[in-house]
Amino acid sequence: MPAMTANDIKTSAPSVVSHAAGSGAPGVPDYISCRNYSFYYGPNKVLHEISLDIPERQVTAFIGPSGCGKSTLLRNFNRMNDLIDGVHHDGDIIVSGRTIYDPHLEVTSLRKRIGMVFQKSNPFPKSIYENIVYGLRVAGVNDKRVLDQCVEEALRGAALWDEAKDRLSASALGLSGGQQQRLCIARAIAVQPEILLMDEPCSALDPIATSKVEELILELKKSFTVVIVTHNMQQAARVSDRTALFYLGRLVEYDTTLKIFTNPSQKQTEDYITGRFG
Amino acid sequence: MAASPDPKALTIPTRRYVAGEPMVWLTAMGLTLSLTLVFFLLCVVVWNGLGVFWPSRVVEFSVDQGGKREVFLGIEIKRQLKRAPGKAGVNEIQIFTGNKENYNGQAFQYFDVSSITTRTPEGVMLVERMERGHAIGQPVELRIKGEAPLKADDAKFDSRLAQLISEVGHRREEIKSFEKGVIGRGAQEMKELEDEKRAMAATKRLDPARIKQIDEKIAELNKDFTDNLDPKRKALRAQQDDHQLVLKIASGEEKVISLGVVIDTVYPNKLSVIGQFGRFLRNAFLFVWEDPREANTEGGIFPAIVGTFVMTILMSVAVVPFGVLAAIYLREYAKQGLFVRIVRISVNNLAGVPSIVFGVFGLGFFVYIVGGSIDSFFYPGRPDPVFGTGAVLWASLTLALMTVPVVIVATEESIASVPRGMREGSLACGASKWQTIQRIVLPASIPGILTGLILAMARGAGEVAPLMLVGVVKLAPALPVGGDFPFLHLDYKFMHLGFHIYDVGFQSPDSEAAKPMVFATTLVLILLVLALNLSAIMIRERLRRKYATGAF
Ligand SMILES: Nc1ncnc2c1ncn2[C@@H]1O[C@H](COP(=O)(O)OP(=O)(O)OP(=O)(O)O)[C@@H](O)[C@H]1O
Ligand SMILES: [Mg+2]
Repeated sequence: MPAMTANDIKTSAPSVVSHAAGSGAPGVPDYISCRNYSFYYGPNKVLHEISLDIPERQVTAFIGPSGCGKSTLLRNFNRMNDLIDGVHHDGDIIVSGRTIYDPHLEVTSLRKRIGMVFQKSNPFPKSIYENIVYGLRVAGVNDKRVLDQCVEEALRGAALWDEAKDRLSASALGLSGGQQQRLCIARAIAVQPEILLMDEPCSALDPIATSKVEELILELKKSFTVVIVTHNMQQAARVSDRTALFYLGRLVEYDTTLKIFTNPSQKQTEDYITGRFG
Repeated sequence: MAASPDPKALTIPTRRYVAGEPMVWLTAMGLTLSLTLVFFLLCVVVWNGLGVFWPSRVVEFSVDQGGKREVFLGIEIKRQLKRAPGKAGVNEIQIFTGNKENYNGQAFQYFDVSSITTRTPEGVMLVERMERGHAIGQPVELRIKGEAPLKADDAKFDSRLAQLISEVGHRREEIKSFEKGVIGRGAQEMKELEDEKRAMAATKRLDPARIKQIDEKIAELNKDFTDNLDPKRKALRAQQDDHQLVLKIASGEEKVISLGVVIDTVYPNKLSVIGQFGRFLRNAFLFVWEDPREANTEGGIFPAIVGTFVMTILMSVAVVPFGVLAAIYLREYAKQGLFVRIVRISVNNLAGVPSIVFGVFGLGFFVYIVGGSIDSFFYPGRPDPVFGTGAVLWASLTLALMTVPVVIVATEESIASVPRGMREGSLACGASKWQTIQRIVLPASIPGILTGLILAMARGAGEVAPLMLVGVVKLAPALPVGGDFPFLHLDYKFMHLGFHIYDVGFQSPDSEAAKPMVFATTLVLILLVLALNLSAIMIRERLRRKYATGAF
């Protein structure tokens, strides 16, 4: 793909980025970039003119009170909201230099590059093995050796290997809720996407599994771009490089995590982080 | 509010109502009522159906007919109150006497209960015959060709009789296979040659050499028939009448029965309970295993069982793909709007169209248009239609058309109930919409699809009216499965249990004799539908377990 720098994108974009924009760190290109993006469920506008740039190979956290539109924005990055009737949007989202609403773009190829872990775990009613190789199978990979290796890597990555290695052919629905969530993570990383979207991946996990997933995220960021939605401030502080705070469908503040947690420029941000509202 | 009522008096009834107790009772009553009625129906069918096979005792009834005593040997069928207008009711007894030819063609007699006295004679014999139903009487002697008559009190009588009956039975099979096999093949060959000649005439491509050849071959076959086959058949048939059994019926008259028509004999009054039970099993087995006899009022119902089974399976094979494809399109691809709503409502209402209308449609479309075209295309010049007439294929397709709404509705429901999260998970892995349907949605909906199939089979297997127009017959010459290559004969007419019930119960000359057959056939039909459904349910349960939502 053509390498586009942050500057290219910015000069080609007519809209003015209003907040503390850009990835900040020089040399790190912006990877996902929202331009004045608004989104509607029918008549309800749930995202209001969002503009933010997510840099490559970093972890970006979305925080904010429940119902503020974090999931909605995340699900738009891989056009998962297309399935819902009566939605529409204004503005644009650009992923590695190309708009995701390009009519010539195949949505399936976009989704192959952008993996997703959902807020509610959704394993398929198949065996653990088949769940993980699903993405490869639909892409036409059927070589047993490749699949086997991929299953092991993905399960190790999602900290599930030890628990699942002896029951790969058992139904995934027999796993516990937390194990199912880790299975979904394994399924998402098995296809080796460039971007991984994680919607509260640890909400059903115990502290040990949570820390394993956090380790995984830090590991993943070496090769992937990760966007994670979380309600856990400590988690955001631990794993993310940059943090975006949303409130009622608006982007309140977006900056490096360090700055957001130590020296936010908005009063609202400080209140939210210290637990005074939300 | 003037005075606030006693709070206790208020809360108790309210609580009970809120807990829904009256509703629990109401729903339980609804269930009980419908279950009781269905159970009652099943009991009537099972009791009467199984009762047919039980070998009852033969009783001697002496009847006082206005001072004159008459004696009858027979089996009591039932007692009932006969009402005549303007008279007091009379208790009446119905007796099965068999020996139709001795009682003006009637196998049943009715008497006043008050006018009879009964006795159970020991050595009465019940004879099952190929023609004219059962015979009942005291055995007198066996007239064997070339031997002196063997008296019934001779010690060798029973064993000799059994041996001769089995000999005759084997010869009967031999005659049947000879007529169907050797003679039938010759006739078939002759017919094919005639057809070829006719096809040549129809397409105006006459080949004189070939016609001569055909004529010669036909003449040869004819000669073979008159010189060899026919005499052999006649000789075999004549042998069947070599020996006779003599019975003395109740009136004292002696009756000579050619052994050729005897299938089996039994002494019903000498049977122990175990013997009776064995006889019961034998009768039940022969009923499901044998071909019908005597305008379907005797013998078994095997061809009807096979016909029903084959038709139901063919129907399922046709209905599932169509229903599932239609449902997928309706639910997944069609733009949800007014048009799809109308289509859906129409599909649902299709289930309310009288089945005979489907029969008429099947006759007009499948038989005349589709079948007729196949005939004129593949079988030109044939005098008799092959596919352009009722056939098991057309009957199955007609029923498939009739039951397809059930499958569509059930499939749509189960497709719609696949959680959206699961589809999203699949799409997020980069699967296309069709891959998602094929790999995630359809497997998860199979239980629902099978539910639709079960409902469709239950409805289709019991349907009679449309079948009468598109291929069911009273007596089919051959089964739609087995026989010669290709072993599944889609163009054959077939027998059907539902139609058999109608035919035997309401179209036969002797409705009294047919009544037990009606119950027994109904029982078999219910059991067949049950067996088909149980197998579908078993598959469904296995799949359900596979797709059961896990514990959290
Ligand atoms: N399918 C939908 N149809 C209509 N409205 C929706 C739909 N999904 C979400 N919404 C609305 O959009 C708004 C944002 O929802 P979203 O799921 O993005 O919130 P969230 O920030 O992820 O909250 P949470 O932290 O609780 O997951 C909410 O007001 C919600 O009611
Ligand atoms: Mg959410």
